[in-house]
Amino acid sequence: MLTINSIKNGIVIDHIKAGMGMKMFNHLRLDKVDYTVALIMNAVSSKIGKKDIIKIENAIDFDFTVLGLLDPNVTINIIENEIITRKVKLELPEKVENVIRCKNPRCVTSVERYIPNVFYLVDENTGEYRCQYCDEIYKLSDM
Amino acid sequence: MLKGRHLIDSMDFSIGELEEIFTLAESIIKNPSNYSKICESKLLATLFYEPSTRTRFSFEAAMLRLGGQVIGFSEPNSSSVSKGESVADTIKTVGCYADIAVIRHPKEGAPRVAAMHSDIPVINAGDGGHQHPTQTLTDLLTIKSAKKRLSGLKIGFCGDLKFGRTVHSLIKAMSRYENNSFVLISPDELKIPDYLKKELQQKSDIKIIEANKIEEVVDTLDVLYMTRVQKERFFNEEDYIRLRDRYILDGEKMKLAHKDMIVLHPLPRVNEISYEVDEDPRAYYFKQAKYGMFVRMALIAKLLGLS
Repeated sequence: MLTINSIKNGIVIDHIKAGMGMKMFNHLRLDKVDYTVALIMNAVSSKIGKKDIIKIENAIDFDFTVLGLLDPNVTINIIENEIITRKVKLELPEKVENVIRCKNPRCVTSVERYIPNVFYLVDENTGEYRCQYCDEIYKLSDM
Repeated sequence: MLKGRHLIDSMDFSIGELEEIFTLAESIIKNPSNYSKICESKLLATLFYEPSTRTRFSFEAAMLRLGGQVIGFSEPNSSSVSKGESVADTIKTVGCYADIAVIRHPKEGAPRVAAMHSDIPVINAGDGGHQHPTQTLTDLLTIKSAKKRLSGLKIGFCGDLKFGRTVHSLIKAMSRYENNSFVLISPDELKIPDYLKKELQQKSDIKIIEANKIEEVVDTLDVLYMTRVQKERFFNEEDYIRLRDRYILDGEKMKLAHKDMIVLHPLPRVNEISYEVDEDPRAYYFKQAKYGMFVRMALIAKLLGLS
């Protein structure tokens, strides 16, 4: 069995839907950092069958908002002196900027490239977001 | 307070703010000479990125009748837009010259982008198939003037209820007033979008009836809103022709209607209203165009804080 040591200080992002770990890794730009990070893929999970895990050593200052879009069910544990001191609960963000790109060919964002792609949450239960400009609706499950 | 505001979406203004505009419009209709100079020394910029003679004339006539002046372009090839200038840069520059701007653009959301970068009030004069809020103001003022109220009305919408943006906006706007009910007359292919139906059904006091034929329901209506089936929405000419001729309002059907019912149409029409109906006093669609100018006069005056 593959073994990765527990961390003393840092963050563990657990219960990531299998296959989503790499996307989160990239969104957090962890390929650019100089501290220790680990991406574990397809680990066995009693809760969800298979899961991905990200461990980040010696850093806790991240904006996790965007992770809520990718998988709102992940568990984020903040570790200090080997103890979980805080759990961050993810929610779907009310507003997201430059994460979703509007695919409506009639939307002004298709021609005016300097405009940020801004989406607002319409329905938390269905995970629907609305484009600020053209009102096109996107379901997270379709993305 | 409407001074300095933008009008981008037909739901931007509260019922109270709409009432302010309608009250002013009615006052202008009664005494136009009292308002013929209130915009002296004010400049309206009309930025038409796609041609629309009717809407542009209506705005220009509105500003000129208030004593103001107009600058602008009626198609992008004759402007700096053809050199690749962005909407943001255009509106910032225009804001240095004009006091208020009207924008029509083929891309959905372009007027919102303009408003976000503008120091002067921006009015959306249509952005693709998305929004056309001054048409909604026009429709509301016409109904209010003819029926003396905007609540407790039964309104029939006929024709293209799927792509017709004026229909969507007017249904949403009328659903804010009490005790209105809607009768939707359209072929299966052109029914109102599900999201809109869902939105209306969530409001418990809104009653929606669906019908296949005008003659089945016309005797129950206070207002009949006819729409054109738009050729550009179809990939197949045959489908267009079949649906275009599905609903035609003629003298025979008008005989079944109540004597106080009014017929509206955002114009231009193709063949969905027979010319014989034009002579009927209940045909309100040309009066509606006139109300459109008056409501735009009131809107310009309010956004400039002149009344």
